[in-house]
Amino acid sequence: MSGGFEAIRPPGQLQGLRTWWTMLKISLEERLVYRGDFVLGTLMRFLPIVTQVFLWTAVFSATNRGDIAGYSRNDIVAYYLLTMLTRAFSSMPGLATSIARSVRDGSVKKFLIQPVDYVSFLLAARVAHKLVYYAVAVVPFGAVFLLCRGYFPPPPDATTIAAFLLSLALSFLLGFFMEATLGMLGFWFMEVSSIVFGYMLVQYLLSGHMFPIDLLAGVPTGLAGVSLADVVHWLPFEYTAYFSAAVWLGKVQGAQLAWSLGIEAAWVVVMAVACRVAWRRGTRRYSAFGG
Amino acid sequence: MNRYLAILLTFARACLVRDMTFRANFLLECVTSLGWMSMNLAFYLLVFTYTAEIGKGTGWSKEPFFAFVATGLIINSIVQAFFMPSAEELTEMVRTGGLDAVLVQPLDAQFLVSMHRIDFSSFANGAVGVGLLAWAVSRMDHAPPPVAWALYPLLIVCGVAILYGLVIMLAAATILMGRNQSLYDFWFYLTNFSRYPAEIYSGPWGGPLRMICTFVIPILLVVNVPARVIAQPFTGESWGGVAAAVIAAAASLVVSRIVFQRALARYRSASS
Repeated sequence: MSGGFEAIRPPGQLQGLRTWWTMLKISLEERLVYRGDFVLGTLMRFLPIVTQVFLWTAVFSATNRGDIAGYSRNDIVAYYLLTMLTRAFSSMPGLATSIARSVRDGSVKKFLIQPVDYVSFLLAARVAHKLVYYAVAVVPFGAVFLLCRGYFPPPPDATTIAAFLLSLALSFLLGFFMEATLGMLGFWFMEVSSIVFGYMLVQYLLSGHMFPIDLLAGVPTGLAGVSLADVVHWLPFEYTAYFSAAVWLGKVQGAQLAWSLGIEAAWVVVMAVACRVAWRRGTRRYSAFGG
Repeated sequence: MNRYLAILLTFARACLVRDMTFRANFLLECVTSLGWMSMNLAFYLLVFTYTAEIGKGTGWSKEPFFAFVATGLIINSIVQAFFMPSAEELTEMVRTGGLDAVLVQPLDAQFLVSMHRIDFSSFANGAVGVGLLAWAVSRMDHAPPPVAWALYPLLIVCGVAILYGLVIMLAAATILMGRNQSLYDFWFYLTNFSRYPAEIYSGPWGGPLRMICTFVIPILLVVNVPARVIAQPFTGESWGGVAAAVIAAAASLVVSRIVFQRALARYRSASS
């Protein structure tokens, strides 16, 4: 009898995986409800790039230079399209605000009493969100990239492609842990929307979403021999948009590529630890009342 | 007309009182919109470190281009302040049946739906736009003639009217569809095309796009015509743009009014 009981009770490791799989499945089903909205929304997100393409074409027509900060007109177009791809991995819409809201309205307390880790749950939900997003977004993305294939240089070698894929995976984790950490600030501030906004502002400017970071190479910082681009390369933001695009376009190569991947991985670890620390400390000072 | 003006002033007073009740939030909203704007200005400054003008021979060098940007800031701040907050609430009103309360008022429904909430923090960008315009115009090679200064406010009003027409048509779509968040996003992305001089839209793709955005959805006339009048030499050809903007503004108002009335006629209340 006791043997049978043990047979239906899976070992802890398997149970953990099963919980994770269930969390993933719930989120997948949730996301698939709005698939039509997804396709439309994804296509529309390419519209600002159209104006950027025309803007840069006009800029290049007015200068006699073949390239700007190492980017030809085609490189710039390819760059913007590739940053869209990177952003598809690193952007975490609503993550920070939803964490802060769960702290404010008390719904976070269920994760304090259930044997489900909140950060893991959020990660599983995001993985599901992204999987559905890619499954649906592959159509508009594929169509736009196919239409604009003329702007891209020949595909890079296998090593660069592997580095590109690795940078995308890391950008997902980096984006997740940065936003999740911001959301955890809700334990201290209750309302984090202004902090999130400040973050978004800095993120938009320094991630390379707006323009290639290489354009900042000529902007001095006041320190001898150190440009603004040099400073930005040490910050985590560019790894959520610029870096992967620059890798594919061959702007970061060799030792520099390995070094930058190292910085990106280090930032992922730093932010993951920060997120955990914020969760531990936050839940320690958190108090929930009533039902 | 006087009655509507008095009601609009009452709305404005109520919204101002509300904004001043939450002063920190109001200041934060001002800082927010100023933040985004500064970032865009920084981007344009960066672009001009690599080029002398936007498009070869277009005349959109640094100062005229910043006069263009300033014009866009002024027009968009007016639209954002007066019309967008109300229009954004409409989705919720249709979904919850709150629109019924609007329809039973002895007032024009379009007026109530589009102007009952005024967002004063949006004027922050407009104020910066006026300052930027003064800076840019004072540094331009040619001073705008008196006729340009006289036409400029009129063309600003035309630009606002064209955008207002678009907002009303989206409001009509909301009433028909019940929910159209994607369409509001579309509005944002569409107005994105008006952010740059029309000359940049050239070539096999740009030409047709420019035609569509000028004659079908006249979004390119919104900022381009007033900015051109103030920032480029005023010639006989400028009158063509002025006429186009005035006609487009009038057409936008009339067409959007018709579309809105038809949508209202098909409205079925959601409340019990």
